[in-house]
Amino acid sequence: MEPIYLDHNASAPLRPEALRAFAAAAAGTFGNASSAHAFGAEARAVLSRARRQVATLAGVAPETIVFTSGATESNNTVFRALGSGAHAVVCATEHPSVLEEAAALRVRGPRVTLLEVGRDGRVDPARFAAALAPGTALASVALANHETGVIQPIAELAELAAARGVRFHCDAAQALGKLPLGLRAWPVDWASFSAHKLGGPKGIGALYVRPGAPFEALLRGGAHERGRRAGTENVPAVAGFGAACEAAGAALDGEAKRVAELRDALWAGIARAVPDAVRNGSHEHVLPHVLDVSFPGVSGEALVEALDLEHVAVSTGAACHSGSTEPSPVLLAMGVPDALARAALRMSLGPTTTRAQLQRVLELLPALVARVRRARAA
Amino acid sequence: MTERWLVAMSGGVDSSVAAALLARAGHEVVGVTMDLGSGREAAVAGSKRCCGLPDADDAREVAAALGIRHYTANYRDEFEREVVAPFVAEYAAGRTPIPCIACNRVLKFDLLLRRAEALGARGVATGHYARIDRAPGGGLGLFRPRDRAKDQTYFLFDLPRSVLDRVAFPLGGLEKRDVRALARELGLATAEKPESQGLCFVPDGDVRGALARLAPGHARAPGPIAARDGPVLGEHTGAAGFTPGQRRGLGLAGGPWYVAEVRTAENTVLVARGEELRASRVRVENASWLDGAPPEGPVRAAVRYRHQTVSARVRPTSGGGAELDFAEPVWAPAPGQAAVVWDAADERVLGGGWIAAAG
Repeated sequence: MEPIYLDHNASAPLRPEALRAFAAAAAGTFGNASSAHAFGAEARAVLSRARRQVATLAGVAPETIVFTSGATESNNTVFRALGSGAHAVVCATEHPSVLEEAAALRVRGPRVTLLEVGRDGRVDPARFAAALAPGTALASVALANHETGVIQPIAELAELAAARGVRFHCDAAQALGKLPLGLRAWPVDWASFSAHKLGGPKGIGALYVRPGAPFEALLRGGAHERGRRAGTENVPAVAGFGAACEAAGAALDGEAKRVAELRDALWAGIARAVPDAVRNGSHEHVLPHVLDVSFPGVSGEALVEALDLEHVAVSTGAACHSGSTEPSPVLLAMGVPDALARAALRMSLGPTTTRAQLQRVLELLPALVARVRRARAA
Repeated sequence: MTERWLVAMSGGVDSSVAAALLARAGHEVVGVTMDLGSGREAAVAGSKRCCGLPDADDAREVAAALGIRHYTANYRDEFEREVVAPFVAEYAAGRTPIPCIACNRVLKFDLLLRRAEALGARGVATGHYARIDRAPGGGLGLFRPRDRAKDQTYFLFDLPRSVLDRVAFPLGGLEKRDVRALARELGLATAEKPESQGLCFVPDGDVRGALARLAPGHARAPGPIAARDGPVLGEHTGAAGFTPGQRRGLGLAGGPWYVAEVRTAENTVLVARGEELRASRVRVENASWLDGAPPEGPVRAAVRYRHQTVSARVRPTSGGGAELDFAEPVWAPAPGQAAVVWDAADERVLGGGWIAAAG
């Protein structure tokens, strides 16, 4: 049985274009981009081209893009630069690489306000504005949520922050390549990106730094990336990231429409077969490829395993440090009851997802849900 | 016939080999490590050995080497509720609990069995040393394993008979040394792993220290250690955690003295000379019998893990309890421990109950 992969929010398969660019750079471009000679120049050319590709997809200027090891490093970089007397406003449904940084901030001195979201997963702009206080140095809200795919009104939030002189950070790891982005038009100071979420290599990402935004490097010891991120550049990974961005950008409009239709058909099928299934998060402001559903009376953890044994890869969305599953903190923050938060399944589609695959999922899922329910009630 | 089996993989050598044997027999094996969470973490804090997550990593590595699926399953709340909390409450009440028995019955052979059903598996296999075989009167029975030194049937006495056809103990016919040899032969990462001793959430064996960590609210006031007939002989730092028959940790002159009774309500530990602790009879409650009814006729029984069995007879009492009469006195039966009964041949587990009192 051919496996069906519906966990693109965890990581997406490498795009062929990214693999080719990665392999070409790994095989041929071994020079250090800091070197004066021709080998260095060749590496610099690869970096430059990829920087343009990433910047184009994000809708920003190339020189504002700093390559990092991934969105986690990008998020960490922004938070580590905060001074000790500061106040930060952070959305309660952020990725752990933001939430744990916010928790660490608390220990160092800065105050942190966790911003509540509604049952649809969205931040209320009025509530956001009210959370901003004199002395608020940073507000951080992800563009699209890693579990539910819910999209925040980032332009509006960033404007509200800018009007109060508050710097704004946006984790766009799940959104890049899935939505048309025009970051340049918004008063967003920093944005985080990840390559492997859109079919680039792992271990590479970027941080957008708006011209004029303050910046403090996390890694020091060299003038790489205009002094913003020390360490010899991972040229093959950067090349793969760039190629993945270009490919994702070229396919974006058609692909977003295609996967949204597939996702909607999947949800319609689930709702028909399992009438008490509950779709989590906004149905309207959501990434086109994400579907988060709770099956009442089911352990999401067990359902993920049952599907895996039938060669269907999905996620509960929330893995804890030991590899077992906690009730999703994102869903809990949305006010989803504990029992439903433990019963959630995250399905995230991608470029290789087909209608036939989803048909097979719809054939399997109702029986597996029934089996897991029966076993629990036994 | 190929069946799907769920194997409870603790990350030790026994369950690793249990999984390997089933896989080698051609079954589709799904390894599951139970994440038992904070109860364990709290209890092992400060100890060098950590029994929680590194063991899950070991299990994952073994599963990868065997080419089988492996999942880590969250049973933190259930472990806290069904095992750790009763453990604390039992000691607070002056009894001596055996949390492993509840862990087997509730976690492994109920919750994990339900997970097996949820995953479409035939049942649950573990690395326990015990055997399931045909019982004389028909149906399945629970038997002592080939390796008597590793026998764990004492901890399985209250399994309902109805689960036996969905449980497998692949090590039941093996000696421990064969299990190790097999693990080496298969190159399993856990082949040389030391035996786990005692309770998984009290790996250093310091029950009183663990109680202090698990239930910091519990009063641990100094109180008297007194002889049964009255005179105060010394002082303890909290009665909970002592167990009848215990000799060490009393610090009394003119010994040997043994703990005879723990009265937590009065924060008093009563001690006695050795022979007084022997009992010819125990009263048990919440008895369970694999054949559905208490055995008639002579049986073998033991009141602690690893005790030699003695000849005994079972007399059912009202309310689901029983009295066990021993042909020769047994040493220091402790309320909260299990009195377990085997058939007269000392091979098949018949059941048992929880000791309420001696005599």
